[in-house]
Amino acid sequence: MSVATRLAGKRICICTGAGGVGKTTTAAAVAIGLAARGQRVAVVTIDPARRLASSLGLEGLDNEPRRVEPAHFAGHGLELRGELWAMMLDAKRTFDELIELLAPTSATYDAILANRIYQELSSSVAGSQEFSAVAKLYELDASGRFDAIVLDTPPSRNALDFLDAPERLTGFLEGRALKVLTAPTGVAAAIAARGSSLVFSVLRRVTGVDLLADLGEFFRVLSDVVDGFTERASVVARLLGDPATTFLIVASPEPTPVQEAVFFRRRLAEAGMHFGGLIVNRQRVLARTRPAIDERALAADLGGDSDLAARSVRALRDLRALARRDAGNLRYLTAELDDRHPIVIPQMDHDISDLAGLLLVERYLFATQRERSSLLAEQAF
Amino acid sequence: MDALFSHSLLVITGKGGVGKSTVAAALGIAAHRRGLRTIVVEVAARDDVSRALDPSAAGAPPGGGPEHISIDPQRAMEEYLREQLPVGVLAALLSRSRIFTTLAAATPGMRELLTIGKVWGLAGQRRGDDGPAYDLVVLDAPATGHGLAMLQAPRTFASIARVGPVARQGRMIASFLADRERTAVVAVSSAEEMPVTETLELRSQLREQLGLDLALNIINAVVSHRFSAGEERTLGAAPPSAARHAALFSASWARHQRIQIARLRTGMRDVGLLTLPFIFESVLDRAALELLSQELDP
Repeated sequence: MSVATRLAGKRICICTGAGGVGKTTTAAAVAIGLAARGQRVAVVTIDPARRLASSLGLEGLDNEPRRVEPAHFAGHGLELRGELWAMMLDAKRTFDELIELLAPTSATYDAILANRIYQELSSSVAGSQEFSAVAKLYELDASGRFDAIVLDTPPSRNALDFLDAPERLTGFLEGRALKVLTAPTGVAAAIAARGSSLVFSVLRRVTGVDLLADLGEFFRVLSDVVDGFTERASVVARLLGDPATTFLIVASPEPTPVQEAVFFRRRLAEAGMHFGGLIVNRQRVLARTRPAIDERALAADLGGDSDLAARSVRALRDLRALARRDAGNLRYLTAELDDRHPIVIPQMDHDISDLAGLLLVERYLFATQRERSSLLAEQAF
Repeated sequence: MDALFSHSLLVITGKGGVGKSTVAAALGIAAHRRGLRTIVVEVAARDDVSRALDPSAAGAPPGGGPEHISIDPQRAMEEYLREQLPVGVLAALLSRSRIFTTLAAATPGMRELLTIGKVWGLAGQRRGDDGPAYDLVVLDAPATGHGLAMLQAPRTFASIARVGPVARQGRMIASFLADRERTAVVAVSSAEEMPVTETLELRSQLREQLGLDLALNIINAVVSHRFSAGEERTLGAAPPSAARHAALFSASWARHQRIQIARLRTGMRDVGLLTLPFIFESVLDRAALELLSQELDP
């Protein structure tokens, strides 16, 4: 099935998977394909490398969507009937903008932004980047400017961080901890009173008092925006489960990506979120028919160079061994993810970093099953 | 390798998916073979590598192999509290306290600090007169971004906390990590554009943000098939066949890899570079790790 069929009726497409499997390329290629078919599409990438920007003919990407010139594709025989916009998520900026939106006064906004704990939290704490990505997604979706938004997820150690991020942040902010800390008898008071409670005295002893003071200050200034933040986070979390949102799981036939894909599929099901399909990149494809190798005939074809023939045969045997291993991984993935027709994209003999590479991936993604089979057969060993 | 193995801690990092765990395990096996008391420490555990390092794994040599542990930040925190607090009950109380765990989870760099603190405990802390428990700790660190955050955590923490035991230890760990005689950072890449770019950026970040440097570059999964330009022309002119297709594919693959290897080499001429061969034949088992460790330290 083509990715176009799988995304029919979906407004939001989230590409997820382990690091290094080609999520960014896949997300960009999906967006190009949808834009070519007439949709107004935004692709949101997390990839800090300038590579995607330059392959799209943009000087750089930032926290606001930039329009990709249709003329950029003309030389490659692709007509963009719709619009393609691209942006790179700046987690810190997104976080700051959200605080700006929620802060009742500019003094509160300034106080929050100046807080050291906030500065760390918004830029480096696990989950904040994931949360920002979903928050941005919500903002773009609510703007009504786009028919479809394609999101490339952060290269988190665990793709699951992404699903949990909004909940984790709200859980944290709504939690008892915050209530205790922001209440009149909470941390600030405890610090002021030099801490009579056991927990705080121990905390101070272990962490050093200044850290605690910073934390108390952080919770105090943040308390003004907590309600708004919590509300926003739950709306954002709902967006992930919206019927118009779907997840594409991207993998490559290697142990870690395979494990993550299986794990993520299970979590999607548990969370009641929509699974749009499996995309397997970098597959080495085994030919359906593999006639016996005639090394002597090959040598004759190579002008009698029997050494070259032997090395060529060796390359074929190596690649077939690899293709067998990949086929095994693909069978496992197909069964575990319950997607009988995953979209398989072969390993290319070079990096897919330029526009030609993106368009090649786009071709595989948007081909029908039959077209893709014949494309793959050409690449098989 | 002599110089590399004279350190107390090797931090192995690189872009996700390039084979950090594999390289860390192979380095651990090589160090163990030299008679060093070695432990491989994982943070982002990979099951197949863990299994292959198990002493009972098929293909493990009679001399055994390096020890191997996986760090769980929650348990590291409990241990830390127990060490810091005179009364065990207090530590147990605190680590079960939701307020405390929430605070700890929210506190910037706490997880990273606890993890690197545990590593430091294995590699740098003196135990009475005996010195550290291990000669060499090989840390299979998280991918580049998280890996940097982990190395930065002690410093960040020391500056936030300013005083108190956390600040003091943060400073001690930070100076251990910054000591080039004791700690070496090894970057693993594959011979592809993005991983090489990340490694180049990693070095400038290490230098600018942490005052550290890379000790060694290892490029993993390099295909060995070589065909000269003339041979490629001969192959190109031959009638289509599976072997011709495979040879031309391999030739092009290897050529693109060589371009990236050269890019990394010219990008940092003053850092050593080793390559490891692509393993076609088997899954990643102990035999494959032994083979790779021989490649690294013949």
